[in-house]
Amino acid sequence: MANFNLNINGKSQQVDVDPTTPILWVLRDHLKLVGTKYGCGVAQCGACTIHLGDSAVRSCQLPISTVGDQEITTIEGLSENGDHPVQQAWIEEDVYQCGYCQAGQIMNASAFLKSNSNPTDAEIETAMNGNICRCGTYTRIKKAIKKAAASENA
Amino acid sequence: MKLVKTTYNRRSFLRSSALAGGGMMLGFSWLASCKPTPEQLKSIPKEWFDINGFLKIADNGMVTIMSPNPEIGQNVKTAMPMIVAEELDVDWDDVIVEQAPLNTDIFTRQLAGGSQSIRQGWEGLRMAGATARQMLITAAAAAWQVPANEITTKAGVLSHEGSNKTAGYGEMASAAAGVEIPEEVPLKEATEFTIIGTDRKNVDGPKIVTGQPMFGLDIQEDGMLTAMIVHPPAFGMTYKSMDVESVKAMPGIKDVFPIEVYPEGVEKQWSDGGGIATLVAVVGESTWQCMQAKKALKVEWETTSKLESSADHEEALTRLLNSKPKEAARRDGDVPKAFKNAAKVIERTYSAPFLAHNTMEPMNFYAHVTAEEAKLKGPIQTPEFLEKTLASRLEMPLEKIDIMMTRMGGGFGRRLYGHFGVEAAVISKKMQAPIKLVYTREDDMTQGTYRPSYKVRYKAGLDENGKLIAWHVRGVGTNDDLVFENRFPAGAVDNYLAEKHMLESNVTTGAWRAPRSNFIAGAEQAFIDEVAELAGKDPIEFRLELFDRAINDPVGDPETNDYDPKRYAGVLRLVKEKAGWTGGKNGNSARGVASYYCHNSYVAQVLDLTMEGDTPTIDKVWCAVDCGIVINPLSARNQIEGGIIDGIGHATYSQMTFTDGKPDQENFDTYNLIRNNQAPKEIETFFVENGIDPTGLGEPSLPPVIGALANALYKATGQRYYHQPFISERQVVG
Repeated sequence: MANFNLNINGKSQQVDVDPTTPILWVLRDHLKLVGTKYGCGVAQCGACTIHLGDSAVRSCQLPISTVGDQEITTIEGLSENGDHPVQQAWIEEDVYQCGYCQAGQIMNASAFLKSNSNPTDAEIETAMNGNICRCGTYTRIKKAIKKAAASENA
Repeated sequence: MKLVKTTYNRRSFLRSSALAGGGMMLGFSWLASCKPTPEQLKSIPKEWFDINGFLKIADNGMVTIMSPNPEIGQNVKTAMPMIVAEELDVDWDDVIVEQAPLNTDIFTRQLAGGSQSIRQGWEGLRMAGATARQMLITAAAAAWQVPANEITTKAGVLSHEGSNKTAGYGEMASAAAGVEIPEEVPLKEATEFTIIGTDRKNVDGPKIVTGQPMFGLDIQEDGMLTAMIVHPPAFGMTYKSMDVESVKAMPGIKDVFPIEVYPEGVEKQWSDGGGIATLVAVVGESTWQCMQAKKALKVEWETTSKLESSADHEEALTRLLNSKPKEAARRDGDVPKAFKNAAKVIERTYSAPFLAHNTMEPMNFYAHVTAEEAKLKGPIQTPEFLEKTLASRLEMPLEKIDIMMTRMGGGFGRRLYGHFGVEAAVISKKMQAPIKLVYTREDDMTQGTYRPSYKVRYKAGLDENGKLIAWHVRGVGTNDDLVFENRFPAGAVDNYLAEKHMLESNVTTGAWRAPRSNFIAGAEQAFIDEVAELAGKDPIEFRLELFDRAINDPVGDPETNDYDPKRYAGVLRLVKEKAGWTGGKNGNSARGVASYYCHNSYVAQVLDLTMEGDTPTIDKVWCAVDCGIVINPLSARNQIEGGIIDGIGHATYSQMTFTDGKPDQENFDTYNLIRNNQAPKEIETFFVENGIDPTGLGEPSLPPVIGALANALYKATGQRYYHQPFISERQVVG
């Protein structure tokens, strides 16, 4: 066990855990931030996506010992009132079915739009291919990303 | 309006407090669930009044409606309350929706399965709203001293024109709660609907996009421990012994022990299918610690029945397919004679592998079992059956067992089988502590209630005019008999023979979204496409000729035929018109068509695709649906789109195989699920408007699309696709 200081959603957080513990389980079990989801544990499904700085990363493959003081953003901290353009677009398009994978989809999409504010369909598909939606909301996810891009560019 | 007797489940319309001793389900979670705006703060009600088991009304006119059925992503949590709100005649913006707990006194069929929630809930939900509305009218009539039949309602307001009186529902709620349940209530005509048939957004949307705790896996309780299980590595193996000492000393580990989930004498329900009698439990402080201990733990297993491999299944299914069953499932006319006289005969065999459900939220459940009571919550499609098994397993009366349903991260049939709830309860009892049982993805994928593997052979005979005169289907599945003998084209062919076999296997199988239909529809629709081609006819016209026969001169008793040929032909004509069907090409795209009836709804699809090398790009799917009245078109379209993507994905990319009883796929690095770029670029859905009582949508769009896909692939490549998955190479995903 070891003590770590983390910078999560703009707040400093202290935890005492095994240094190999992935950030996913630090968030879920120790900090009770359960919006970040466990789906596969092997970086294949994208349900656990968070932002490390400006980049989307798979938190199930990110040991706490490697993070240092880098800024972590989770779905709970993406916006103050759930009004990030990507979150709003998700609501407008009524994207979700079961909803379980959508935090990861939204975190991946929001990081992607930071790096590419006016993406083509093919660029969206490539960016989102690592995020599985078992319910099959892919066409709505694409529409919502385009809507979010348009609203940010407006 | 039409008057209807309130005899249907009349008990449901008693006040919930009268049944449950008060306060049972009155938790008001709205404040806890989101940050209220200043407007909302102004409207916080002071008092709530139970009108009946489905709803309560606040002094300020807000209405809480309970959604009785489990929510697995089919969006009944929005649709079911919409039906209540329609007959109650309130403004949807004033409605708060809550998930009801399991309560068999008030609610009937709290089960998510078979696309039946809306169909079977329809009458009771309407009655719940209409009864409450009538009680408000009765209360207002007494208060105003006017005849009840002169009072009208609109959007939560009662009015009496003669005396110029109006009141909000909130003002009459207290009095209405004391009114006797009416014997007879008026129900709206479909033309009077203002909520049903309109797009309403998912009531849980704001929580989903902000990551609020809603799922079983999100449960956190004081003093709660995490539990995981270790199950046999292969079907055919059982627990023998283990070395616990090294693992017990690992950080955070509380205990490691074998559990008898189903000892002899436990009265099991059908929903306990897939449950393993003896497992190993690992209990600790955190998930990561339990995962480490699970990896380090050495368990010995012994082989107690045959260790089956996929090659064994393949061989056994083929052997059965080649043998004649003792009895036919259905026989019309003289099939051997018809084949002998046929001008053309065609025979084809189709197959599909086992599939895992792979809900994105792995199996899990929370349990706190004490000597006095058992409190459970989690994702389950069959809470009523879980409660019965728990009563037997824990030797506890039903009334001491509480089950709360959480929103589910997918179901697809997997959560019909609630052994994980029993496992959680048994572990909690042993630990004398609240625990949350969590499956890893590997546990989830390798202890499945899999979609069975299937094989089916079709044979058709045509006369010299290309008319279908003989049809023979023989199907076989693992632990399943596959063939629906009274579905199309039964009733449309003079000489018809349906036969079925079942292969027994120790690989556990169960209902997987649209059971049996999810394979046989694609096979049948691909075969009909080939038969139509042999007959030299357009595939849509060929089907329509058969429906004409079933409409005008059905073979056998039309009541026996398990479909309405007029509605079937209706969706096919609609999709033909909307897609502008003129044959198997649309510009540069290859086209396929299919139609199917299952789970009481009719679906027809046209699918366009183009090939880039060996990779298909699905350009567009047009889908026509007849499910009667559509409650919420916005989410109805979502279900249709999801079913289409699910069907295309599994038929094209997914499979579960076995070597010596051990699943070859354990996680998404080896089990392929459809990805964003493989989904159709566009899906357009069209609903038939006919005012018929609603039927379900969770399943019906999945089965036929596999046929439409196979037929389009043929048009694109010149090759017929008989065996799933159609494309099995691993798609590399970064």
